[in-house]
Amino acid sequence: MTSLDLAFLATGGLALVAGLLAITSTRVVHAALWLVAALLGVSGSLLVLGAELVSLVLVLVYVGAIVVLVLFALMVTRAPIGPDTAHAIGWPRRLLAGLAGACVAALLASVLVPLAGGWPGRLVQVRATDSTAVAHDLFATWVWPLEGVSVLLLVALVAALAVSRERS
Amino acid sequence: MIHAAGPFVLASGLIGLGIAGVLLRRNAILVLVAIELILAGGLVLLVASGLLGPARWSAGSTLPIFVITIAAAETVVALAVILAAFRRRGRVDLDEGSS
Repeated sequence: MTSLDLAFLATGGLALVAGLLAITSTRVVHAALWLVAALLGVSGSLLVLGAELVSLVLVLVYVGAIVVLVLFALMVTRAPIGPDTAHAIGWPRRLLAGLAGACVAALLASVLVPLAGGWPGRLVQVRATDSTAVAHDLFATWVWPLEGVSVLLLVALVAALAVSRERS
Repeated sequence: MIHAAGPFVLASGLIGLGIAGVLLRRNAILVLVAIELILAGGLVLLVASGLLGPARWSAGSTLPIFVITIAAAETVVALAVILAAFRRRGRVDLDEGSS
């Protein structure tokens, strides 16, 4: 086990535990805040894997924008501060949902782990991201997808305004 | 140097948690939270796959950024729809009418 493996174990463990709390917490605001912890864990994992740019964009966009938006939406829909009893579910559904999640995770792992060369996988060299090369590729190879994504953001903005406008 | 199986296990765990969360939650906004977990799993998968092969066109860094942008657009529209439904019906319960 290398030092990067240990660092990845810590950040990945944080992501998984916080993700579990985010989907099981009965307090809705706590669930949104546990999502912040899970995303910070994911961001740390990406940092360990050498993708600094993606990790920083993840923190900026998800934690900085999306989670704030989710918290605002929870406030606007008058979510309770304490435990959310209005949306409680029964034990059979909890067990079935957990089972479905575990089955999906096991299926994916059984396909993906052989791709990495079995457990614990082959040793790969972590490459640091060269931001200059990424910028060059982004505006050369990926320029049309990039333009498409910028148009998509504009369309999403206009659509959100159109949907939420009060019709008189 | 890092062992290659760890990121793949993390990705499958996050996607499994997200699927379980989508099935567990009745509050529409918390379903979105679970969908963010699925997308985070996809991000880890993209970065880890970029690590395994040779670096071509910086795909390991650009594709996750596209995924993050599309996720942001999706969340904005979904929250607008949820808020519009809340204004009309006064509830954000997805099970409403099914029981």
